[in-house]
Amino acid sequence: MSLDMTTPIPPVIGGPKTVIGIQDVTKIYQTGSVEVAALGGVSLRIDEGEYVAIMGPSGSGKSTLMHIIGCLDVATAGSYFLAGEDVSGLSENELAVIRNKRIGFVFQQFNLLTSLTAWRNVELPLSYAGVPKAERKRRAVAELERVGLGDRVEHKPTELSGGQQSRVALARALVNAPSLILADEPTGALDSKATADVLNVFSDLHRAGHTIVLITHEEDVAARAQRVVRLRDGFIESDTSNLVGGA
Amino acid sequence: MGWLETLRTSWDAIRSHRLRSGLTMLGILIGIAAVILTVGLGEGAQQQVSSAINALGTNLLVVTPGSSTTGGVRGGSGTSVSLTASDATALGDKSVAPDIQAVAPSNSRSESLTAGSTNWTTSVVGTTPDWLGVRARTVDVGRFLTNQDISGEAANVVLGPSTAQELFGGADPVGRTVTIGNIPFTVVGVLASEGTSSAQNQDDQAVVPISTASDRIFGGSTRTSVQSIYVEATSADTLSAAYQEANQELLTLHHVTDPTAADFTIASQESLLSTATSVSKTLTILLGGVAALSLLVGGIGVMNIMLVSVTERIREIGLRKALGASPTLIRRQFLVEASVLGLAGGLLGALLGIVGALVLPGLISSTITVSPTATVLAILTSIAIGMAFGVYPASRAARLAPIDALRSE
Repeated sequence: MSLDMTTPIPPVIGGPKTVIGIQDVTKIYQTGSVEVAALGGVSLRIDEGEYVAIMGPSGSGKSTLMHIIGCLDVATAGSYFLAGEDVSGLSENELAVIRNKRIGFVFQQFNLLTSLTAWRNVELPLSYAGVPKAERKRRAVAELERVGLGDRVEHKPTELSGGQQSRVALARALVNAPSLILADEPTGALDSKATADVLNVFSDLHRAGHTIVLITHEEDVAARAQRVVRLRDGFIESDTSNLVGGA
Repeated sequence: MGWLETLRTSWDAIRSHRLRSGLTMLGILIGIAAVILTVGLGEGAQQQVSSAINALGTNLLVVTPGSSTTGGVRGGSGTSVSLTASDATALGDKSVAPDIQAVAPSNSRSESLTAGSTNWTTSVVGTTPDWLGVRARTVDVGRFLTNQDISGEAANVVLGPSTAQELFGGADPVGRTVTIGNIPFTVVGVLASEGTSSAQNQDDQAVVPISTASDRIFGGSTRTSVQSIYVEATSADTLSAAYQEANQELLTLHHVTDPTAADFTIASQESLLSTATSVSKTLTILLGGVAALSLLVGGIGVMNIMLVSVTERIREIGLRKALGASPTLIRRQFLVEASVLGLAGGLLGALLGIVGALVLPGLISSTITVSPTATVLAILTSIAIGMAFGVYPASRAARLAPIDALRSE
């Protein structure tokens, strides 16, 4: 691991190539009368085309950071620009639109709806975006073909393997052409073969120019990323480039 | 996401929990069916009553002894009954009451009739020949009573069609003998059937001359008194004039100066009708209220199930929100789901109610009139109930923070 890059990259909020611009973001949870600072003041800039792994032990604030990056939660203080747009003061309805258009989520358990077939799962973000039905199906099927599941379009999640499910989740994340792919422990529920499979897909996406933020606690998963951000106790501990890893 | 899409998503959710959705619908279903049936029963009863009253004859006034006296003091100065045969005769006088077409005093009592070895208990009506026209009846076989029968206290009887059937079977009863209270009567005619819509069976009675009935069958104090006097106005337009004349005449005859202390009551068909319909209306409202309560319970069932559904689908809600479903859309989805439950329950309930309205009259011998208005209203109500009771669960789902929803395992 390189030791000379521990200085955080100074964020340039709203830069032309900046996807994520976070400045002095704090998050304080109120538990009864006790205030818990999950994030103590974090600044982070991620540019277009970067492949970033966010690491940290439990309680480090990495999940909170991921929720704020994903517009699933709002910061207590600080500013957040996503793809040049200030999203810190938006309403719930406006955040829903941002999530829909800007972010492709991949969750740990993939969170596929078991009652829907693969393509119906993939088309969900498109339906919330108001895309007409025929085009939704066409794009969903195309996306499934891209992740190698062209022959599993009409299968339900329960009829797919763990690796296949993760690729359905990836297809769903990609279908709306988001500015950012945000993956929360995407390999947490997979065996080593499926893990390698999924990480190869991420590497391919990175090569294709997608911006990827991946939350993980596994060193070998983080090693595949181009850049690793480590959190501890609500602060960024280190922010390093992977010279050996990457695509 | 359009409305059609939302509807499809809701329908999928309902279908994926068939049993639960079915049981939820059942609450609404029973409520709606109960509302339709009770309202139908009430309307059926109302129609039955009004057709029974219409069957009494047109332009009809009925004078009955005083129910308007107060404190037990009756205006008839010492007599126990206040209407007499002479009242009827006076009302029939054209010079006094020009708007009165015909008058028929009538006494009736339940008596046992015997023909050979067959006996039958029915209502024996003592009246005059005018009864036929006043009550708008016709004679099917033979003849009706004549003035000679009255003046001669003839032992002649005209039977209702049902009565004739009971006593003589299919045989022609004219000329045969029927014994009423040990007195042999000769059957001179049979009335035409009035139909079966009447509340009291107008086809089952025996009509005899009032003089014969008073003197030889009923006897006692009923010799001169009458239970009711049917008064027929010359036309529907003169009904109120006939009412005024009859009222004035009777007040004079009974020496009553204060009209409010009159010892008789004159009821028009209309007043009978309004009394009867108000009674059945009250009943309908009461029964409908009970049915509406069951609808309310059904609505609470919808709310209960929707709350369970929201809790159960927290992860799904979280995911949908993460993928871009706005709180507005989530609220709409659950509202539509509740409305669909309500509507489905309402439609099935309406169907059950209509089937019940077709089947039940055969079992409980009362008519049920399904009103289209009430049915449409009931279905609309079921949607409204689904929506009203879906508001709270839907806004709970909408308010769920996506991370909380995603975190729950």
